[in-house]
Amino acid sequence: MTELLSVDAVSKRFGGLAALDAVSLCVRVGEIYGLIGPNGAGKTTLFNCMTGLYSVSAGAIRLDGTAVHDRKPHEIVRLGFARTFQNIRLFANLTALENVMVGRHPRTHAGVIGAVLRGAGTRAEETAIRARSAELLEYVGLKGKGRTLASHLSYGDQRRLEIARALATEPRLLALDEPVAGMNPTERQTMSDLFLRLCEGGLTLLLIEHDVKLVMGLTDRVAVLDYGRKIAEGRPDDVRRDPVVIEAYLGAAAK
Amino acid sequence: MRTALELALARLRARPRLAFALLAILLALLPLLTGATLGRAWVRVLDLSLLYVMLATGLNIVVGYAGLLDLGYIAFYALGAYFYAWLASPHFGLHLPFWAILPMGAAFAGLFGVVLGAPTLRLRGDYLAIVTLGFGEIIRIFLNNLNAPVNITNGPQGINMIDPVRLDGLSFGSPVQVLGLSLAPVHLYYYLFLVLTLLLIFIAYRLQDSRLGRAWAALREDEIAAAAMGINARNVKLLAFAMGATFGGLAGGLFAAFQGFISPDSFNLWESILVVCMIVLGGMGNIPGVILGALLLTLIPEALRYLGDVQRALLGHVFVDPSDLRMLLFGLALVGMMLYRPAGLLPSRVRRREFAAVDGVAEQEQADLYDSRA
Repeated sequence: MTELLSVDAVSKRFGGLAALDAVSLCVRVGEIYGLIGPNGAGKTTLFNCMTGLYSVSAGAIRLDGTAVHDRKPHEIVRLGFARTFQNIRLFANLTALENVMVGRHPRTHAGVIGAVLRGAGTRAEETAIRARSAELLEYVGLKGKGRTLASHLSYGDQRRLEIARALATEPRLLALDEPVAGMNPTERQTMSDLFLRLCEGGLTLLLIEHDVKLVMGLTDRVAVLDYGRKIAEGRPDDVRRDPVVIEAYLGAAAK
Repeated sequence: MRTALELALARLRARPRLAFALLAILLALLPLLTGATLGRAWVRVLDLSLLYVMLATGLNIVVGYAGLLDLGYIAFYALGAYFYAWLASPHFGLHLPFWAILPMGAAFAGLFGVVLGAPTLRLRGDYLAIVTLGFGEIIRIFLNNLNAPVNITNGPQGINMIDPVRLDGLSFGSPVQVLGLSLAPVHLYYYLFLVLTLLLIFIAYRLQDSRLGRAWAALREDEIAAAAMGINARNVKLLAFAMGATFGGLAGGLFAAFQGFISPDSFNLWESILVVCMIVLGGMGNIPGVILGALLLTLIPEALRYLGDVQRALLGHVFVDPSDLRMLLFGLALVGMMLYRPAGLLPSRVRRREFAAVDGVAEQEQADLYDSRA
């Protein structure tokens, strides 16, 4: 299988604190890749480095061979790498549909002149944006909620909307930062069904999650971070039995 | 009375074409009626209020759409006005035609919008407001002092004898006979300003409801999430500054032609703040609100001038200077607004939601309290 995302010895220091210490991993095309680790292990820091919010202190990140560690967030999205946020960042005062429509931005073109004159091309583009956004809402299970304000959606629906919005940018790789945090078991199940559907549709998923059980059941491969270092990587069943991982999660005494 | 009015409004709403026609006739007859009843001075006030509508519509793109608080907006009005004055007055001996200068002046101001916007890209909220305020003042001080060593702006004296608008042989500087009516320059300017104001309003509406309008809204709501949606914050912000500045520059060129004289005094900090107040009062982000705000804040102070005469008639002499009274009432109106209609007189859909969300929480708490007692 070909590598879609490769992280090569990435370090990130905040002053004296090494949040990431020479982390390397690779995500292959078409897989669901899990990133787990205790609180403060550096999972979200790694996400932020990958998506251009942080610059790396050392190392390289490549998306399908293109270096992305020195690119701006909006450029990385255009290359086909979308993300969601751990603490949901929707456009709270726009409707659900408008939120997804914003996601079509990098794949559409109308500028000032197009907007003002609104010729046939711009009109067709707007219609397509609207249709595609409605489709995506339906796909993630938000049919009929397009006119609801993002901030008025339930917590689970907001998570779903964030995914729809990210999908609107037409990513090849979608990174989800704790997408089922705070959900009940039923909601978790529908979410993991959604992830499987996305994967079947040809999308590669990168998943940060605290819920080890969900990660173990869903992912093809898992990496474990602890104190900014990768301590294990492999198939979920192997990683689960790894004594180093058990120690990181439960402390040395549990061995 | 009130119900009759409401009924009439409801009927008009059901027939938009009729409403549109009535509005058009009203706008066309307004200067004639005003001139016949209140006098020419009030037609002049109407002209100026149209210029402020243009300014408020332009600033609304920056502040209302993109959420960038710009307190130096009047600088672009000044640049548009000076640009016109340089190319159509004895100052440099140039007398270019109006139709050529106006778009050039708007583009010139738009360019400065980008130049002054670029250093502020990383700033937000209060910091952005302070820096733009500084830029606005810098432009004014430059205009005040660029009379030596080379006389560019003629300093505090300003530039005089600016050419009036001349379109296709029709000079706006002297009265014109149309269908037996004598149209004074103020009337002619009214119609010109009206056409251009409507054009700017149209552009502002189109921009709001477009891919760019959504990008601005996203940027206003959450810059990091907007970047994660592939929006280039730098370009989109600069575009908002440029569009706003272009509107301001256009209004500035018209102002110069209309007044025939400009000086740095016309473009002080107070003017910038006044335009921001128009937007806040009317309803940020909502074009009808912004228009209402601009009209109210230009017409009401003019009407208050009469209070001096009223005092003299009733009390024998003037106790409170009308201009002081205007400022006092202005302050009171703004305080009242903040208390009773914080989202503006005609708030936009989005702003109404923002403020309603807070009320919703309060309501929920009230309901919880009620439940716990029961």
